[in-house]
Amino acid sequence: MQVTMTINGQEVSEEIEPRLLLVHFIRDQLGLTGTHWGCDTSNCGTCVVLIDGEPVKSCTQLAAMASGHDITTVEGLEVDGELDPVQEGFMQCHGLQCGFCTPGMMLTARALLNADPDPSEEVIREAISGQICRCTGYSTIVRSIQWAADHETDVSVGSAS
Amino acid sequence: MTTTEPAPDTTEEERPIGFGRLLRKEDPRLIRGMGNFVDDISLDGMLHLAILRSPVAHARIVSIDTSAAEAHPKVVAVITGEDLAAQGLAWMPTLSNDTQAVLATDKVRFQHQEVAFVVAEDRYSARDALELIDVEYDWLDPVVDVRTALDADVPVIRDDLDGKTDNHIFDWETGDEAATNAVFDSADVVVSEEIIYPRVHPAPMETCGCVADVERVSGQLTLWCTSQAPHAHRTVYALVAGLPEHKIRVIAPDIGGGFGNKVPIYPGYVCAIVASLVIGKPVKWMEDRTENLVSTGFARDYVMNADIAATKEGKILAVRTNVLADHGAFNGVAAPTKYPAGFFGVFTGSYDLEAAYAKMTAVYTNKAPGGVAYACSFRITEAVYLVERIVDCLAHELDMDPAELRLKNFIKPDQFPYETKTGWVYDSGDYEPAMRKAMEMAGYDELRREQAEKRERGELMGIGVSFFTEAVGAGPRKDMDILGLGMADGCELRIHPTGKAVVRLSVKTQGQGHETTFAQIVAEEIGIPPEDIEVVHGDTDNTPFGLGTYGSRSTPVSGAAAALVTRKVRDKAQIIASGMLEVSVADLQWDKGAFSVKGDPTKSVTIQDIAMRAHGAGDLPDGLEGGLEAQICYNPENLTYPFGAYICVVDIDPDTAVVKVRRFIAVDDCGTQINPMIIEGQVHGGLADGVGMAMMEMIAFDEDGNCLGGSLMDYLIPTALETPDWETGHTVTPSPHHPIGAKGIGESATVGSPPAVVNAIVDALKPYGIRHADMPLTPSRVWEAMQGNHTPPI
Ligand code: FES
Ligand code: FES
Repeated sequence: MQVTMTINGQEVSEEIEPRLLLVHFIRDQLGLTGTHWGCDTSNCGTCVVLIDGEPVKSCTQLAAMASGHDITTVEGLEVDGELDPVQEGFMQCHGLQCGFCTPGMMLTARALLNADPDPSEEVIREAISGQICRCTGYSTIVRSIQWAADHETDVSVGSAS
Repeated sequence: MTTTEPAPDTTEEERPIGFGRLLRKEDPRLIRGMGNFVDDISLDGMLHLAILRSPVAHARIVSIDTSAAEAHPKVVAVITGEDLAAQGLAWMPTLSNDTQAVLATDKVRFQHQEVAFVVAEDRYSARDALELIDVEYDWLDPVVDVRTALDADVPVIRDDLDGKTDNHIFDWETGDEAATNAVFDSADVVVSEEIIYPRVHPAPMETCGCVADVERVSGQLTLWCTSQAPHAHRTVYALVAGLPEHKIRVIAPDIGGGFGNKVPIYPGYVCAIVASLVIGKPVKWMEDRTENLVSTGFARDYVMNADIAATKEGKILAVRTNVLADHGAFNGVAAPTKYPAGFFGVFTGSYDLEAAYAKMTAVYTNKAPGGVAYACSFRITEAVYLVERIVDCLAHELDMDPAELRLKNFIKPDQFPYETKTGWVYDSGDYEPAMRKAMEMAGYDELRREQAEKRERGELMGIGVSFFTEAVGAGPRKDMDILGLGMADGCELRIHPTGKAVVRLSVKTQGQGHETTFAQIVAEEIGIPPEDIEVVHGDTDNTPFGLGTYGSRSTPVSGAAAALVTRKVRDKAQIIASGMLEVSVADLQWDKGAFSVKGDPTKSVTIQDIAMRAHGAGDLPDGLEGGLEAQICYNPENLTYPFGAYICVVDIDPDTAVVKVRRFIAVDDCGTQINPMIIEGQVHGGLADGVGMAMMEMIAFDEDGNCLGGSLMDYLIPTALETPDWETGHTVTPSPHHPIGAKGIGESATVGSPPAVVNAIVDALKPYGIRHADMPLTPSRVWEAMQGNHTPPI
């Protein structure tokens, strides 16, 4: 079947098997390997992308379901050579070690900050609680997102508008 | 932003080796989604491999029918154990000199064991075809309970081994049994407890996998692989498959967490290599999460009977233990040859004892192989948990404060180097300041007062203390090898003509930040800024031989190699400088990046000037070759012994038994610090592991040997909601034998934190008269304990 969607601002139209998961469509068919895959049960969140601005586990959706929607992956966070404050925050606050969970964490953070520019620690922890990081113990991820909130400009990558 | 800009909150104190809290060189690619993980690799014509696994724990294979799978239009090959046996490849050696089936031929020995594999044009088709393979099994009784594995009437799991008539693997002992028993016989107080460290799993976020590409004409094999030890893996492939070692290149690209899970060689890697060899195309194998949890290197699984002897005043005299170790169906433990129980011998902990003795029996069961993983520092997790739990049981019996009891028994600073009663020589330590610092950060006395008040009101609050000493940085090679490969590490440094440098390591980061910290070590020694130093690792064709990253050995071994190779280059630079400045070598002094003439600092040459001269025109001092580079292989003289004091505060809801970790204070001493930001990160990650193991994580089995922890729905890993905001501090006691005094930090917190959490929960339950409860302390298990019917987790 044919699907058409916007990925990081660009329209793509591809022929796919109907059962193809969105995560595999993004990784294997489009070659955008920044989106990761880490479990069979929608628990890990390494596959999170934004669909119309909302964080979604791309392993729980068929690519077909994303047809007609607007997708942002980690590759879309940097715009015209400008890093998203979330990306900068993760570097500044050591919010990543192996970097495997990081794309998903950053996209959730981006969606959170779009909705709530000044989230409390509790709100941040709740927002990322559907995702697992095996390396950092989360404190530095929380700090990274706080750093981004403190350095937020008018960036609103991946927002629904 | 350049990487040498220290991040905002850097303090002078945090810059022990010059560059301190440097932002990481790895991050710019990773935060852009431009990392290169194994599953990101896609080669022309690449095929996909999927493995058929056994649905049962113990069964004879009667027949395998692959015809339907072979008929699938997208399937290229279906291979069974019989096919591999024809090539002599059905079995492979494990890292502990046992054998393990690559694909089962005679029978399956654990649920999810590898039985056959399919190679197909795409991922989905390969998995579809697995369903088309028909295997007939003749079920056998499984051996699931480690306690009965040696009973006379149980089935022999390893009937493939010549003359094997039971499930026994090895007996091991350490310490002086008679002397220890004598101390116990005359002690005022003896406390005994059965302490179980359940089977857990490292579960890195990236599962294991590889891409194998055998070039048909030259026979060259390139293997991109989730490997923490690429050089050791290459040699093992050469030995197992008979491939010439110079025709094998193992590349470990970015790795999504290892924690020991990526040390062993798994059947899937061998299958992919065989498939590529036979088919002549690149083949990718990437396991799914269930496969990772149920078949790859698990950790722990020790049943420990512990005894502690003390005077009634609380002087600890001796510790004794008898351990039953479940190694699964194949002994796949990745430990140095002479240490079948890893470094469990450090179970004497941080205390000055009169005697100690341990005896261990290891057995086969119908479970997945493994045993040394999950940041365990070769079984020090088990050893530290044992001693820190039994010391708390003693405090309970003596009605003493657990922090006071520890302070009373620490090895004193003037006793170092300290030889333990089991023969380990602790290189250095200063325990009391670390303990006092943790107590001060926690507000220990205030917490105890709060606890007393809460107990009055029937509220459950617990304060758990643990103190650990680690032994990390294996070798020395005279004592330590894996499959005959000495545990040493090479390092090569080249300074280019313009004064930029490349340093090549034998170890491999899985998130620890080697590309940053090793540049810092070299920078410190030779004065070239870290951003001008490229760190190359994880590629056997481009790095010197060495045993890899696990057991927190990178900084103690490879970090020492990096410092020493840089000093070797600096020595040569000094000779070149003496020629340039026309003075004798002895008349030169070094000042971070330049040699100058003693007494006349205006006459000086920088390392960059020297580099150009080394490669440039004109003569060098007599007998000196051009170039500015060196290579060494570092063989450590001893392990290094990091230590730390941890305090955990929990609150338990008496109505639901839900445990909330309110605070966690960790004071670590890893000797000289390289990058405090990275150290803090390593500690945080390990603390989360500790909360996970103490409260959530366990690979359980039912009585038929079915694995009950096969997904992240069943195997629970802490999220941001179960973990507190960690409070960390440090003391600095440099290692006397490491060139920069560093000790290693990667696993300290995973080792030290589980007892702190369990001690806190048990402390909270004191009003119920509870002295011990086994991990994982899930709400239901805590509830059972409160009702007086806590059952062991096996
Ligand atoms: S891959 Fe784990 S949640 Fe999507
Ligand atoms: S940084 Fe490794 S899993 Fe999060």
